[in-house]
Amino acid sequence: MTTILELRGITKAFPGVLANDGIDLTLQEGEIHALLGENGAGKTTLMNILYGLYKPDAGEILVRGEKAEIQTPNDAIARGIGMVHQHFMLVPVMTVTENVMLGNEPTRNGIFLDKASVARRIREISEHYGLEVDPDSYVKDLSVGIQQRVEIIKVLYRAADILILDEPTAVLTPQEVAGLFRILQTLVDKGKSIIFITHKLKEVMAVADRITVLRAGQTVGTVSPKTVNPQRLAAMMVGRDVNLVVRKKPAHPGGEALEIRDLFVRDERKNLVVHGMSFNLRKGEVLGIAGVQGNGQTELVYALTGLLPIESGKVKLLGRTFRKLVPRRVLESGVAHVPEDRLKHGLVLTFPIFDNLVLCDYYLPPYARGISLQHKVIVRHGEQLIQQYDVRTPSAHMKASTLSGGNQQKVIVAREFSRPIQLLIASQPTRGLDVGSIEYIHNRIIEKRDEGVAVLLVSSELDEIMALSDRIAVVYRGEIMEIVDANATSKEDLGLLMAGMRPTQSQVHAAGETGEKEIERVF
Amino acid sequence: MKRGEPQEEGEKAGLPTAALLVENLLLPVLAVLTGLVVGAIIVAVSSSETIAAWGNFFRAPTAAIGATWKAVAIAYGALFKGALGNPADLLTAIRSFQASGDPAPLYKAIYPFTESLVNATPYILAGLAVALGFRCGLFNIGAEGQFFMGALGAAYVGYSIVGLPAFVHLPLALLGGALAGGVWAAIPGYLKARFGAHEVVNTIMMNWIAFRLSDWLLFGPMKASGYRPVTPNVEVTAELPRFFPDPLRFNWGFPLALAIAVVVYWFLFKTTVGFEIRSVGANPDASKYAGMSVTRNFVLVMSLSGALAGLAGATQVLGVDHWVGAGFSAGYGFDSIALALLAKSHPLGVVLAALLFGILRGGATNMQSMARIPIDLISVIQGLVIIFVAAPAIIRWIYRIRIGRVEQTVLTRGWGK
Amino acid sequence: MTGPSLSTNRPPWDKQRLATGTGLLIVGLVIFLLFARGTLPGQTSTFGMNAGGTALLIPDLAIPVQPGLYALILVTVFAGAWQMARGGARSAGWLIGIAAFCFVAAFLIWATNEKSLNLVGMLSSTLGRATPIALAALCGVISERAGVVNIGIEGIMLIAAQTAVISASMTRSLWIGLVVALLSGALVAAAHAILVIRFKVDQIVSGVAINIFGVGLTSFVAQRYLERDVDFLNNSGTFKIISIPVLSKIPILGPIFFENSPVVYGMLLLVLVLHVLLFHTPWGLRTRAVGEHPRAADTLGINVYLTRYVNVILGGIIAGLGGAYFTLGAVGRFDQNMTAGKGFIGLAAMIFGKWTPIGASLSSLLFGFADSLQVKMQILSVPIPSSFLAMAPYVVTMIVLTGIVGRAIPPAADGTPYEKQ
Repeated sequence: MTTILELRGITKAFPGVLANDGIDLTLQEGEIHALLGENGAGKTTLMNILYGLYKPDAGEILVRGEKAEIQTPNDAIARGIGMVHQHFMLVPVMTVTENVMLGNEPTRNGIFLDKASVARRIREISEHYGLEVDPDSYVKDLSVGIQQRVEIIKVLYRAADILILDEPTAVLTPQEVAGLFRILQTLVDKGKSIIFITHKLKEVMAVADRITVLRAGQTVGTVSPKTVNPQRLAAMMVGRDVNLVVRKKPAHPGGEALEIRDLFVRDERKNLVVHGMSFNLRKGEVLGIAGVQGNGQTELVYALTGLLPIESGKVKLLGRTFRKLVPRRVLESGVAHVPEDRLKHGLVLTFPIFDNLVLCDYYLPPYARGISLQHKVIVRHGEQLIQQYDVRTPSAHMKASTLSGGNQQKVIVAREFSRPIQLLIASQPTRGLDVGSIEYIHNRIIEKRDEGVAVLLVSSELDEIMALSDRIAVVYRGEIMEIVDANATSKEDLGLLMAGMRPTQSQVHAAGETGEKEIERVF
Repeated sequence: MKRGEPQEEGEKAGLPTAALLVENLLLPVLAVLTGLVVGAIIVAVSSSETIAAWGNFFRAPTAAIGATWKAVAIAYGALFKGALGNPADLLTAIRSFQASGDPAPLYKAIYPFTESLVNATPYILAGLAVALGFRCGLFNIGAEGQFFMGALGAAYVGYSIVGLPAFVHLPLALLGGALAGGVWAAIPGYLKARFGAHEVVNTIMMNWIAFRLSDWLLFGPMKASGYRPVTPNVEVTAELPRFFPDPLRFNWGFPLALAIAVVVYWFLFKTTVGFEIRSVGANPDASKYAGMSVTRNFVLVMSLSGALAGLAGATQVLGVDHWVGAGFSAGYGFDSIALALLAKSHPLGVVLAALLFGILRGGATNMQSMARIPIDLISVIQGLVIIFVAAPAIIRWIYRIRIGRVEQTVLTRGWGK
Repeated sequence: MTGPSLSTNRPPWDKQRLATGTGLLIVGLVIFLLFARGTLPGQTSTFGMNAGGTALLIPDLAIPVQPGLYALILVTVFAGAWQMARGGARSAGWLIGIAAFCFVAAFLIWATNEKSLNLVGMLSSTLGRATPIALAALCGVISERAGVVNIGIEGIMLIAAQTAVISASMTRSLWIGLVVALLSGALVAAAHAILVIRFKVDQIVSGVAINIFGVGLTSFVAQRYLERDVDFLNNSGTFKIISIPVLSKIPILGPIFFENSPVVYGMLLLVLVLHVLLFHTPWGLRTRAVGEHPRAADTLGINVYLTRYVNVILGGIIAGLGGAYFTLGAVGRFDQNMTAGKGFIGLAAMIFGKWTPIGASLSSLLFGFADSLQVKMQILSVPIPSSFLAMAPYVVTMIVLTGIVGRAIPPAADGTPYEKQ
């Protein structure tokens, strides 16, 4: 096997952060090489350097043994390197053809775009590699799995031999993940070499030829999946022995907290995205909403918290039937909401931490008397919560923008959990966080559930859903496919449901017994 | 040094005090100074004697420099004297007062200074109006039109009601002005809240509509007898009392404006309503998630902003001119935009910047009459000041300032929500 | 087995449909109350259909007032009823357009009652008045398609207008004046571009600053220099009207489209050129990508900053042409504040036109018509104070911006500075 790519001593620092510290990496021709590390380890930075989006402070890149100066993506593309980003780089309002040809447009008469020849080439690539897609469709109309194929076609269109895939499975169902792995195998069989960035242990064991583990900007080691087990990999990723299981007592559900009947919700563009959902949620249990992003879960949560109007249906929240849900009334009834997008929806970054901690309650006593804010009370409250929830910051007066992602999420959790709540709605609560923060938040959620709070957990991380939920509702195209007992289902079953298929009897895989459960940790 | 990826926004260090001082005091001051310097250059360039002298540069270099200095000195000297008065005159006046007890020369000496304070009054209020809008992420360019409508409103209450005692009539007139301005701004505010229509273009449209409307009113229903398009004089009972005899025009408007600045400060930073306003301005999405009503805040803030601008017009009518004519607003509204930016939207900064602008305005009229420099030079300087304040990197580059991070505040968004 | 497909049908009761339908009916009612009432049978409104020399002299269009008005009322009411019963979101725009047309037509008939109005002349002046608005709108389109908001178009036009007239006056050459206008437009736009791209200044703030600066500088220069030395500095003359042979003799259309100032022809040409460029060339594709998803464009090797610079400066050149229209194309001298808000109206036209060159120019015609209308109404001594008529373009702008007549979505990255990380 020849070495097709080598990174030597790559170092890159941002203000206050050493993202990559002398990283070495080799890629053999025709291999699938996984780059493994927890969120924040430096994987994306390294690949961005390889693709020409960043310039390294030190180190060199060798492509096929030759030193390569990669200053811009164009240089990388010229060297046969292509990247499929974690967040798709596709223009939604343009067609597949337009997206693929962007930056590399063939013309008729030197002036006019030649879309026909590009469409033809796309069809060729489609067939050759098994990536079905319609060149004339608009990207915004495509499902996430198909959009990913477009990204891969974009890369192949530019004759890439080295493909970098950044967290490609984050948005896929288990079956689609299997499909992707098949495509990767096809690509490798046809001579391509692949670097596969991920933080998921199990995938890495399944598909990689070799694994390089990064931690805090440094290479920890390169191993073969044949010689390691998940436990060892986790320890390499995190730097300490990690508890791979979540210990969880069985649930003791109490009274009803939430009842939804035939809920219909339209999104901001007036499309019907929640299509007759019904479910119950009791206090003291965790109901996980599983599903690939974009199937209506987000809008469901918006409707429950009053941010989108309810088209029709019944919502009974903590005993009261609501005609119209107003965010403030919902929060006042004892509902906590940990939003998906913590920067956009969870925090006011320019406000100090103590102000963020009273963002929902500032108008209530003791934080306010009439319309007059009680500053001292607010600050003291902030300091208390910072200590209680272990938020790493020099002072409560610092702006929220100074916190790391994990600590920002802790602030939101601190704010929501410290209010008197009976229902907790958590959307993607651990997205993008490091393992320590993930552990912390998972434990807090289980704690709340044991205190008797009803928890609605929305997550596209199937492992997380399976680890924390007592019951799981799978959402597909705005409908609930089925609500299953978390103990009586498997990832494969859930995967089928997430793709809109009901598993036949023979496909059902039973899981373990009840009792103190051992569930696998999320990474 | 932290290791690993930078976590989006999360790695910026908090600003220490030195940086805060630089950001909020040094940079604005330098922005103004640089603006004045550029203004000086324009003055020099537009003076024909100076150009002639530079044409002769190689033969008489000192003459060229001297001519430049002379042109600038005359212009800015006129500016200064028009704004603050002549220190020499003041000293003589004090001495003569001590000697003879006659206050007249003293009044004459402090006249320019009091005029600057009189000019500053509408600036304080209009500046507060725009600053309040900025705090909520709203760009109220309509202060000009709201000012005018407020003036008309106050004038109407002032001249059409007769026989009320002053302690009723005056507040009523002021209220009339605030109401007129408030309504004028509430319209674009409502359009933004309900339809998401951007307030920049709508407030500008309301400005033009206000001008046309006032044309009609001043030539029609609100016209005093005679042929000039002016309103009748307001009743004495509606006037803001003056402190000194004529021609000094310093009146209760100034202390009123200061008091309102204090109220606005308390409102913005010490109340729950102010907290909401600032939160919505900083992050409307998170505010919505936390239960606040963004649309309600938009309408509220625009209305309050308009009321303040209207009040600015009202104090101008009731305290200074006592009637309203065409072209009344004369740029106060637009200047306030530069003002609010310079003041970083903080009430204290607004007062300070308003004093500065009042001085500039007082001096500019004098500069126009004495040195024949058109008042519009001030607009040019203001445009530059806005740029310098909004792009602190330029000032930092000119003066090689390194302390403090370059903080990027996006004040407003594009056309979308 | 897949689940049932997602239905995106509209629900049976649509509040918006009712609201628009009722609105249309009210318009019909208003036409009746304002215009039809108070007319007498036998009155006619005469519309002249000729302007300039045409091959055929078309007889004046004499519309009997009452039948005409009632016909329009019927159409509007029908539109309202249709909307209530059947209307969908897309046809609503059409129906509202029809109702608006009926309203305006009714207004014209009412105003011209027993008098005569040269319709063709008015439409011709509409095109002229629409030109600066359209050029401002096109400037906006080019700039915003790449993701940069330019509110300072008004300031750019003022500065360009002034530099045009001064240079044309001094050199006694209109074409030099035009070139200078284009250059100054490019220069001011470049300043805006540098501020918002390099220095990441808030785009709206920069635009407002340019406006204030533009007004101040042009007024300063006007007072200091132009008023003193009118003949040398402020007397440029205007471009002659160019009549395209043969085509300008076509009845009705001829005088409107083919007898215009070169600036107008320039505008019409630009609309076509920009349309082709934006939607059928690589440059256009890249521009649109930069405006929708700059990061995606960046990862494909497109220079986001350069694209934005180029587009903003091109926009400035177009705005410069717009500025030149006010002086070199219309009155031959500079008056303070002569753009009178047209730059902003242009932005409204851009939004209404959904950020496309053709849409923007069509919307500009609408605004130009409003402008033209209010002038004609003053001449016809319509019993509405001229001040209120003068408000018409501004009010129309505000109505358009509410999106009642169709919400438009700007380019996704419009207004946000791009951070290359």
